Amino acid sequence: MTSNIPKDLRYARSHEWVRVDGNQVIVGISDHAQKELTDIVFVELPTVGRKVKAGEACAVVESVKTASDVYAPMSGEVVAVNSSLGSSPGLVNTEPYGSGWFFQLRLSDPQELEKLLTPEAYGAFIQG
Amino acid sequence: MKDLPPPRRPCRLWRVDEPEIAHSIVKRTPLYSVHARAGAKLIEFGGWEMPVQYSGIVDEHLAVRRGAGLFDISHMGQIRVNGPGAQACLNRMLTNDTAKLEVGKGQYTLMCRETGGVVDDLYVFLIGPEDYLLIVNASRIEADFDWMRQHPALSANPGSMQLRNESSDWGAVAIQGPRVLEFIDRCFPEKTPGATGPERPSLMRKNQIGRFRADTTEVWISRTGYTGEDGFEVLSPAAETMAIWERVSGVGHAFGLQPAGLGARDTLRLEACYPLYGHELDEQTTPIEAGLGRFVALHKPDFTGREVLARQSAEGTSKGCVAFRMTGKAPPPRAHYPIHSGRSPEVAPPIGIVTSGTASPTLNVGIGMAYVPPDHCQPGCLLAIDIRGRLYPAEVVAKPLYGRKP
Repeated sequence: MTSNIPKDLRYARSHEWVRVDGNQVIVGISDHAQKELTDIVFVELPTVGRKVKAGEACAVVESVKTASDVYAPMSGEVVAVNSSLGSSPGLVNTEPYGSGWFFQLRLSDPQELEKLLTPEAYGAFIQG
Repeated sequence: MKDLPPPRRPCRLWRVDEPEIAHSIVKRTPLYSVHARAGAKLIEFGGWEMPVQYSGIVDEHLAVRRGAGLFDISHMGQIRVNGPGAQACLNRMLTNDTAKLEVGKGQYTLMCRETGGVVDDLYVFLIGPEDYLLIVNASRIEADFDWMRQHPALSANPGSMQLRNESSDWGAVAIQGPRVLEFIDRCFPEKTPGATGPERPSLMRKNQIGRFRADTTEVWISRTGYTGEDGFEVLSPAAETMAIWERVSGVGHAFGLQPAGLGARDTLRLEACYPLYGHELDEQTTPIEAGLGRFVALHKPDFTGREVLARQSAEGTSKGCVAFRMTGKAPPPRAHYPIHSGRSPEVAPPIGIVTSGTASPTLNVGIGMAYVPPDHCQPGCLLAIDIRGRLYPAEVVAKPLYGRKP
């Protein structure tokens, strides 16, 4: 079961991805993560305006079997959340890099991007 | 999501919360290579490395509700009790009345301590004259066997019966779902010559067990299950279980049969409101509290736990096991979440605790089982479930949460 790892994103070891847009990033969970979870039935998102530190648990994704924390891959302020996940959490399964995104951050330290994995490094990481 | 493991390692996403598990060596069933080949996600359960899912829990769950599913249940334990004293001895160890069993019949029953606390819940089958086969939970095999070995009913009549742990001799599969009747006889076309009971598996009634043959393999087939659907469980010598799985898979394929893992087994049993040892049942909980009084034969003269169970049956208990469903938009309830009264949710401390919970694939709503005080046990009672510090409304509903159409 190979996973899709888009080349234009960076990845956290805790399986979140970021898409950089100026001093902001969009955050979601990887194709590998949604496949491992399967059947996503509920997503709990942070409130807009919340300030988060890199590595801080700030969302929850629930499959039929279990609840898992989602961590902020970089530090900053939550400026938007994907409210359509409230009624359609399954978007995380069907479009993990598109309409299944979680939240958007305004970065407080854009240098943190260098600590995230490249697509190649993340691919090697999930191969074990 | 730090819990996510890399692929091809046992999946830790499903945290199995059975506190007593501390096995250093994880056992594999005779079907391990089939699961690995099928790309199943594997987890540890009751000391066994078991498939938690193949295609996905919801897909497998719905396959069992609408068509048919095939489960590896080789982790379950088998304890054999035979001899002239077996019936009387078992009737002192178990809560249901073994005197009611004829050859070829089984019953659900429980084994209790003097306190009424449950050692295990199990099935007992009378497979021949004075010959009983007990099917017990994987995580309780050693506890059950030790408990039975030191039971006074045994030491009172040594030599009148034999007690053997045959768990490693047997493998087992469960074939469950509304379409199973269409193909079960093709899988096992022949009754063992001389065996008692119906000629074909499809002619057996609920809880019956019979001896059948597939090619050269002799199997025990019972009309039982843990899914809330019609179905069968097939017990075979461990060395033959692989051939049985492949035979059933081959015949059932045309009828929509697909493999199903422990994840779907758990959501299916929860919709059907069957208890799971370690969740709804443990040594601190009695069958009366668990709502299993119909499997406690209080008319029997003496059995372990009778005094406490008779008193609870007459006078009531301080808690009861209920089924509930979430009434608004909410995360799925999970085991160990605290419960408050829906009448006065702000009052601390909590009145109860969730023992099992999930997002129901059939009902599309959060469901669960829980222990709450007696004044909150009636269907319609309002509860508030504490999920990560927020209260979400739920209501007690009649068991089962899901029942198949007759």
